[in-house]
Amino acid sequence: MGILTVKNLSKSFPLEETTLKAVDEVSFSVKEGEIYGLIGLSGAGKSTLVRCLNLLMRPDGGEVWFDGIDLVKQPEEVLREKRREMGIIFQHFNLFMRKTVFDNVGYPLRLAGRNKQEIKARVDELLDYIGLTSHAASYPAELSGGQKQRVAIARALALNPRLLLSDEATSALDPVNTELVISMLRRVVEDLGIAVVLITHQMEVAKALCDRVAVMEDGKIVEENTMEALFLQPKEPATRKIVRGFDEDIPLDHFAALAAGPVYRLGFRTDTVMRPLISDISRRFDIGVNILAGNINALVSGDVGYLVVSFDAESEAASSAIRFLQESGVEILKLTNGGDIHA
Amino acid sequence: MHDFLKATGETLLMVGASSLFSVLVGLPLGVLLVLTRPEGLLPKPPFYRVIDVIINVLRSLPFIILMIVVFPLSRLLIGRATGTVATIVPLAVAAIPFVARIMEQSLLEVDGGVLDAGLACGARVGQLVFTVLIPEALPALVNGVTITVINIVGNSALAGAIGGGGLGDLAVRYGLYRRDPVKLLVAVVITIILVQLVQFGGRALENSLRRDAPQASL
Repeated sequence: MGILTVKNLSKSFPLEETTLKAVDEVSFSVKEGEIYGLIGLSGAGKSTLVRCLNLLMRPDGGEVWFDGIDLVKQPEEVLREKRREMGIIFQHFNLFMRKTVFDNVGYPLRLAGRNKQEIKARVDELLDYIGLTSHAASYPAELSGGQKQRVAIARALALNPRLLLSDEATSALDPVNTELVISMLRRVVEDLGIAVVLITHQMEVAKALCDRVAVMEDGKIVEENTMEALFLQPKEPATRKIVRGFDEDIPLDHFAALAAGPVYRLGFRTDTVMRPLISDISRRFDIGVNILAGNINALVSGDVGYLVVSFDAESEAASSAIRFLQESGVEILKLTNGGDIHA
Repeated sequence: MHDFLKATGETLLMVGASSLFSVLVGLPLGVLLVLTRPEGLLPKPPFYRVIDVIINVLRSLPFIILMIVVFPLSRLLIGRATGTVATIVPLAVAAIPFVARIMEQSLLEVDGGVLDAGLACGARVGQLVFTVLIPEALPALVNGVTITVINIVGNSALAGAIGGGGLGDLAVRYGLYRRDPVKLLVAVVITIILVQLVQFGGRALENSLRRDAPQASL
């Protein structure tokens, strides 16, 4: 059992005529020291889910096992204690605007009843860690977005939590600051060995950080896998929608119109990504391969790549080529039959 | 001259004391409204609705009518219904619902995400009120108090005219009954100066508390 195990978690909101199931029977487990991604488009229920994880919002049903106890069943008193072992950072940083950087980072320590010297020692250490020692007396309004998020990370780490919840922590940042925060999060995990639940709609972020991911759509987890497997063979339409969002900018019907024959998505693992397999099959089976799209993605586990290809025609040779690729360890996904779409 | 000093003193006493009492009661009420509203941190919709209606009713009464209605309360608390000290009661009673509403509005401006952050840091709701909610809203709260005090200055002139003393009383006596335009003008000018001082002081304090824009380096 991991550090966090969620079972059948549900949360609905009443709407005018129906109810919105923002989180619908969600189950997953996060291991110690793991970065677990929850990805999905806006409105998939990710933010409601994260609020249910530290019980800022009471779920309608289900269990949230953290550190061996089911938080859903605990009284407020116990929840407060447990929240201290669970840091959280937010999309809009949510820093206290009228407290200095020092007091923002020191706030959880103050609540936990630490004395002045203890707070000073810990906050100085954290500010040094995030590289903002010189900004201790500044107010959040004087910082850049990236600096604000670093302060928020320091505040979340103040009480040495065992789990960090990150709710769209880079979504409000520009690419440079996003990169900075990503490397900071990676460093935190390496240095402190804490687990992270990373909620994001940005594939780039998940790609750079996550070991495993769950794809959310309409409040449900529709697919869960290692990052590598998800890239190699995205099974669910929702996953492909997100995956396509970052690695295939060209829509499927466009491929279908382009190619006479069937269109395949070939997923290359770390071990096959560097092999000249396309020229291999071209020579070996004497067929023409038309490359429609392709990319290589650097994941935490290594590089994975994909190609979208079509062959001259659906023939014996093409079938043999596909079989050969499969045997070589390439993940095959048939996208269209040439003309119609099976996305 | 002595008249003006005395009248200004009475006005300051009425305004100061009723402002103090109205904030002492109104601010906690404002906090309660924010916490107990249906979307609040301690939702108690029936309680919220009752307080909400009472505040709306009290706020819709014109001050002069409220003052007469409150006479018995003044007698009960102060021992008499007229005079400077007794007038503090209706002034405070009229200002409390105003303060409660204006404090509620100011507190609602605090970003819910910041409150979430406070709770996630392990704060109780009570701690959150004193360490995040009120401190974060402070500039807006000061602005609310400024508006309240200016409002009370206006009401105190009216109250003075029907037996409360102060600058309003002076203005009525000299300006209306004795037709002395110079003394009337002096009373008016003193009132204007008072309001401007409150406005200026309140604005300065509010600005010195604001941290939502980069601070000028010293």
